[in-house]
Amino acid sequence: MDFSNFLLMGQEIGLIAVFLILFIYDIIGSGKSKDRWFHWVACIEFAILTVWGFLPKPAGEAFGGMFVSSDLTVLMKNILNIATFIVFLQSYSWLKGENRLRRSEFFTITLVTLLGMYLMISAGNLMMLYIGMETASLPMACLAAFNKYREKSAEAGVKYVLISALSSGIMLFGLSFLYGATGSFYFSDLTSQVAGKPLTILGFVFLLGGLGFKLSLVPFHLWTADVYEGAPTSVTAYLSVVSKGAAAFALIFVLYKVFGGIEAVWQHILWWLSAITITLGNLFAIRQTDIKRFFAFSSISQAGYILLGIMAGNAQGMEATVYYVFVYLFSNLAAFGVISAVEHASGGKTSIAAYNGLYGTNPKLALLMTFAVFSLGGIPPFAGFFSKFLIFMAAGSAEMYVLLFIALLNTVISLYYYLLIVKAMFIKKGESDVVEHFSSDIYNKISMLICFLGILTAGILWGCIFRAIIK
Amino acid sequence: MEYSLFILIAPFFLFLVLGLLGMKMQPKVAGIIGTAGMGLCAICAYAVAYQYFFQTGKAGEEWQQLIPVNFEWLRFTEYLHIDLGILLDPISVMMLAVITTVSLMVHIYSLGYMHGETGFQRYYALLSLFSFSMLGLVVATNIFQMYIFWELVGVSSYSLIGFYYTKPSAVSASKKAFIVTRFADLGFLIGILILSYYTKTFDFGTLTANHAELVTNSFAGGTFMGLSLATWALALIFMGGAGKSAMFPLHIWLPDAMEGPTPVSALIHAATMVVAGVFLVARLFPVYFFAAPDVLTLIAYVGTFTALFAAIIAITQTDIKRVLAFSTISQIAYMMVALGVSDYGGHDGLGYMASMFHLFTHAFFKALLFLGAGSVIHAVHSNEMSQMGNLRKYMPVTNITFAIACLAIAGIPPFSGFFSKDEILAAAFHNHPLIFWTLWAVAGLTAFYMWRLYYCIFWNGNKTYSEHHKPHESPWTMAVPLIILAVFSVFSGLIPFAGFISSDNMPFHTHIDWLVASLSIGIGVTGIAVATVLYLRKSNRPAEIAQSLGGLYRAALHKFYLDEIWMWFTQTVIFKYICMPIAWFDRHIIDGAMNGLAWTTQKSADSVKGLQSGQVQFYAWVFVAGSVLIAVLVLFL
Repeated sequence: MDFSNFLLMGQEIGLIAVFLILFIYDIIGSGKSKDRWFHWVACIEFAILTVWGFLPKPAGEAFGGMFVSSDLTVLMKNILNIATFIVFLQSYSWLKGENRLRRSEFFTITLVTLLGMYLMISAGNLMMLYIGMETASLPMACLAAFNKYREKSAEAGVKYVLISALSSGIMLFGLSFLYGATGSFYFSDLTSQVAGKPLTILGFVFLLGGLGFKLSLVPFHLWTADVYEGAPTSVTAYLSVVSKGAAAFALIFVLYKVFGGIEAVWQHILWWLSAITITLGNLFAIRQTDIKRFFAFSSISQAGYILLGIMAGNAQGMEATVYYVFVYLFSNLAAFGVISAVEHASGGKTSIAAYNGLYGTNPKLALLMTFAVFSLGGIPPFAGFFSKFLIFMAAGSAEMYVLLFIALLNTVISLYYYLLIVKAMFIKKGESDVVEHFSSDIYNKISMLICFLGILTAGILWGCIFRAIIK
Repeated sequence: MEYSLFILIAPFFLFLVLGLLGMKMQPKVAGIIGTAGMGLCAICAYAVAYQYFFQTGKAGEEWQQLIPVNFEWLRFTEYLHIDLGILLDPISVMMLAVITTVSLMVHIYSLGYMHGETGFQRYYALLSLFSFSMLGLVVATNIFQMYIFWELVGVSSYSLIGFYYTKPSAVSASKKAFIVTRFADLGFLIGILILSYYTKTFDFGTLTANHAELVTNSFAGGTFMGLSLATWALALIFMGGAGKSAMFPLHIWLPDAMEGPTPVSALIHAATMVVAGVFLVARLFPVYFFAAPDVLTLIAYVGTFTALFAAIIAITQTDIKRVLAFSTISQIAYMMVALGVSDYGGHDGLGYMASMFHLFTHAFFKALLFLGAGSVIHAVHSNEMSQMGNLRKYMPVTNITFAIACLAIAGIPPFSGFFSKDEILAAAFHNHPLIFWTLWAVAGLTAFYMWRLYYCIFWNGNKTYSEHHKPHESPWTMAVPLIILAVFSVFSGLIPFAGFISSDNMPFHTHIDWLVASLSIGIGVTGIAVATVLYLRKSNRPAEIAQSLGGLYRAALHKFYLDEIWMWFTQTVIFKYICMPIAWFDRHIIDGAMNGLAWTTQKSADSVKGLQSGQVQFYAWVFVAGSVLIAVLVLFL
């Protein structure tokens, strides 16, 4: 066996190293030292891994084409790393409370799911993709049920594991069709053999079901709201950004590498999925009263926009999608940073009504939340404007004008419900139960600062970031 | 010369620091930080100027364009991308030096002048923002970057003019300035779009290269309403320049802008913002000359008329800052005319050089005049001439420096204004007799109204002041900038400008045309003499003359009713016939569509809510059914 293959897996090995160090520390460290240092050690280690990821990496294929590493996959993993790092920072207050003793479990399980996502992105073989997805999904159910003595959290875990099992089944079903039609699982073999035969199309549709579950596309989205609401807030943030981003990246590779030959077919399917996903996500988001459910639906409609970029089917669309996920990371995590801060300070409130009058008591948080939803809604000069703009440009270059129009209309609708939150914070007067002024922990402050800077600069420095993506 | 980037970063950083943290500082600390930062910025600009003009600027004989910094900011398509960078060539380097110098003087001066004002920190933050915008404008590598900074200049001058935002007149003046220049910028933007649509570039270097052949070729004979598209584009771009540079009929904002603090007037309305239009035309001069010579002629005539018009009004004004405002309009018009009559290349491009030369000298003596006026206002707490007189006994430094500036602007040798104005007149002399004689007459008027102003402030009878309102010389923070600027006003005319700046970047030699020079000295001295007779001592003669002129005098006093004409135009024509239909359309059609969308959304949200039942078996059912449905649809449709 040629061990040099492992050189290409630098990021995976680094991740496993972080995992092992935390695992060993958890076993041998005393309770007191862990109380004090564990979170710190985990964040620092992960920060090092994140920074290290930006150093130049070799590109190539390993293990007979099972594993692929390129500049693009490295970049995608780096984006996931940044998001995960921010989630780790945000989880401090939550892990300090009732989950003090299981703190290390959160980190180790999350790292395992992240490893699965790495494998999804780097997969060069459909089996590898499947293994990556399973590695990412099963532990995710544990995370969703992390507050296991709370009914909602337990419910979220169960729902997640059931639907994820179903989606795996359907995906495997699709994979078997593909294997039957072509006799191979390797991307490189499939590219030339995939044609518009019914069997491959069926295989593709079922495979899409599996990825659509992770991306929460309509009609595979129904679990999203319940799981997002029930899962601990940091896990929700992780699900809505990292898990979704990984699925989007994997989808890019599957569509472009494996199914490049039947582009017309999948464009047709995705056209409808994207239109329905954006619209339905918006329609549901309008009615929500719980902020986590609200962001669940908002993230569903954001997934529709991501699809819009992927669907363009050209390099421009792919770059726009990667950039979109990058910007979405900061915007959405900024919102979740505020949500977990407010939740922690108010003893677990997650209703939108709890945000009434927040500007009066916590102006900085209210402003950050405002920037975040403005960015999600696509208002200049925040980064979200530029990313939406690029997605629309890509869709325009693929001449999908009707879909573009639907997406634009939906942007207007989304502005309405995003502004509902702003209205609650700035205009509505909270009556008795206004969240008092509070100061969040230093970890969360750092996370929110990062997101704030990201929202402000990622748009204005779009040119520079974009060049990094194109490279 | 990458360090030239510091010239832009420093003021922007100062703006952030003073704007965000200013309220937590002592006002004095904020002022000193702002001034020190601007001082560093000025030193850096001098270093760039020295290095450019004496070390790296020349390639053989020719002044070259250096681009030490350039990066692509936004990329839309292959052609449409917006870059930000720094372009160093003779005119931008000169502007860097001028702007930082005047800005630094204003910073120092304001330490004394604005002492104790509320919002002192905000004032310095805004000054920094303004300097940043102006510096960014002159070093722009492409026309879109220039446009961005152009608008930033507009915004920051808006907030500086309206600095005393509790005063209704200041608020309306700032609005007027913003709206009028913004209106002109609309033309600018459309011009940019037309120009870049055809040439497929924003870049100044590409546009002006090889006698602007890109522009002449790419329009390929397209016409609109009888004029070529290139002419339209460049005329519209000039409209933007005319707005900022207060050319007739878009000059109306400048006199009102005097509501701002006086140092701001010195910075914005003397040396920097108002010359942006001149700079714009100069920057695109080859394009104008080769692609649209008609527009250049238009510029010459608009400038000539503006110069005369503003000079006549200046004679009748009694608010000292307004006199200076109209004098500024008149002098800027001189620069525009010089560009308009200029030819391209070598000595034929004298007008171009003269325009930049006058811009350079004017910046110093006009800033000096404004700061001197500020010093006077500081002492007597009024802008009205009738409240002043005899101040030479109380304010010696202000008196002498003001007199120097008046000599400079009147064109008396060896003060700086003589040299630059003489070059402008010489440029117009041979080919444009009408323009020459008009400008010559304006030179006389200029000398007259400036010396009228001077005498009314510092001489004119034995006005006495009550004991506790006795005027006094200003503090050193205000006096020192006056002295420095006075030195510049005396000597800056001696620089052999043609060796540095020329239309085709090849140095050439100028000599004083003694015929033109003696004509201009003659009229200047005459103007001063008339002013001396009329205003040195208090007398009734000026009032009698005004009486005898009757209607003409009243019209000039009311600025030829141009404000009223614009008011009528906006109220009846624009509001009634353009805005009201648009408002109706907005209220009924656009809002109606939006309300319809909201209603539909609300209804459909109601009808789909059952989908989210909470039951996981239903979710699974939808999941499977959805997959099957997609498969069926794809396979059978």
